[in-house]
Amino acid sequence: MKVLVPVKRVIDFNVAVRVKADRSGVDLANVKMSINPFDEIAVEEAIRLKEKGKVTEIIAVSIGPAGATETIRTALAMGADRGILVKHEGEIEPLAVAKILKAVATEEQAGLVILGKQAIDDDCNQTGQMLAALLGWPQGTFAAKLEIGDGEIQVTREVDGGLQTLALKLPAIVTTDLRLNEPRYASLPNIMKARKKPIAEKSAGDYGVDPAPRLKVLEVTEPQKRRSGAKVGSATELVAHLRGVGVI
Amino acid sequence: MAALVIAEHSNAALDDATAKAVTAAIQISSPVHVLVAGSNCQGAADAAAKLSGVEKILVADDARYAHCLAEPMAELILSLAANYDAILAPATANGKNILPRVAAKLDVPQISEIIEVKSPDVFRRPIYAGNAIQTVEAKGFKKIITVRISAFAPVAMNGNAAVEKIAASADPGLSRFVGENLSRSERPELTSAKIIISGGRGLQSKENFALIERIADRLGAAVGASRAAVDAGFVPNDRQVGQTGKVVAPELYIAVGISGAIQHLAGMKDSKIIVAINKDEGAPIFTIADYGLVADLFEALPEFEKALGV
Repeated sequence: MKVLVPVKRVIDFNVAVRVKADRSGVDLANVKMSINPFDEIAVEEAIRLKEKGKVTEIIAVSIGPAGATETIRTALAMGADRGILVKHEGEIEPLAVAKILKAVATEEQAGLVILGKQAIDDDCNQTGQMLAALLGWPQGTFAAKLEIGDGEIQVTREVDGGLQTLALKLPAIVTTDLRLNEPRYASLPNIMKARKKPIAEKSAGDYGVDPAPRLKVLEVTEPQKRRSGAKVGSATELVAHLRGVGVI
Repeated sequence: MAALVIAEHSNAALDDATAKAVTAAIQISSPVHVLVAGSNCQGAADAAAKLSGVEKILVADDARYAHCLAEPMAELILSLAANYDAILAPATANGKNILPRVAAKLDVPQISEIIEVKSPDVFRRPIYAGNAIQTVEAKGFKKIITVRISAFAPVAMNGNAAVEKIAASADPGLSRFVGENLSRSERPELTSAKIIISGGRGLQSKENFALIERIADRLGAAVGASRAAVDAGFVPNDRQVGQTGKVVAPELYIAVGISGAIQHLAGMKDSKIIVAINKDEGAPIFTIADYGLVADLFEALPEFEKALGV
């Protein structure tokens, strides 16, 4: 079974984002970019399935600018077999991404697509579910555990209040939550090897998808800042303050 | 046209998240209808009928909706979609799971986790874990929206909506419920609690969380945790407050032994009053706390508990 793992290039999670002065968006110039952390978990899970012999090939696909090649290389260095870069400059919405991924999954005859549950830039949490809808496949979102059985996959999901386990008919879509696994670091020999792995280059047009956004971003602003308040001397004093303002 | 709100409920009872999503729906379109899909969900339907500002409750009571699986739920919502110009769900695990599936089938974008309705076509939503706020316009197509529940007040429960039973729609039969492991707690839910007391890595062990739990029970508070405390195995993961856990905004948030990583702050910085107890004076949590106490939590918590008792 082939597994498709979409990976997105985003601002590194350790970087403090800055809103542009003209309010048109977030400043991406000269900022460290990395693979979306949830996608890294997806790559790791695909590799573990391959190591268990449940999966034959892992294809990492990224939709983004030329720099997204690095993101694909990260996945290849971890253990993915080959990459596809669907080149696109500028914003692209989850629906258009899902349409491109549908075409790729169909062309590659993937049996499973593992995606991050959300990208840490736009925080949409939509692409996996949309892809499942477009393909007519079942979905196991926010996965904490996967087990591949005969013609189905059991997905234990993080839901409000605990965990829920579902059995999905294959082919299926899985989106990863934080605790599914801890991604490995790529070793130096594997990083070198990854340079030789093939990356095919495509465009949205190759798949007949119009990548133009449908929502209009009017502005992007800083959130309201909170000011730090007073230091108190003791827990007893703290309780008195809280009683004073009537919250306890 | 009209707006449809997908109810969050436990079959027996309605979740407060529904009343908050209704608040957003009223600002977007009218009349507002609420869909209660479940199994033996009369209790939830009766409660939904009291939602103020709602005209009609649609009830689909069938075994196939017992566990809110995305595939049959999306089919049901799609069968109703033509009657509505806006479909909303609270941004709970269920809402986030189901609604994008509906949006894709309708070939429209989804607007995730709105925090404000500026006009019926313009919404504000957080991006980058709340470190920036995006204002988006959605014009010329059906609006599919999830609602961040910590950002909206619930409507009153003094309404009298009509209740209409609707037939179940086809079940694509792609997925099957196997089991669940839900943590039972006498304490309030994190997302609806008025007071939350959360512990971090500073608690050092699972056993030490008892210090927090005792105070929570005195205050009628929910117990939360930082990602570090969850990853260390001190508490189950559904207790996690933060960008990748629950986003909360209670009247009072007490952070104990939590340094205040960006990802945690993103989940609680909209709380009305924030209290931080930490022995490290330089901890970032103090920069957003209304009341800060620099102290060893193992001394401060017993003293806090004692002070409550006087």
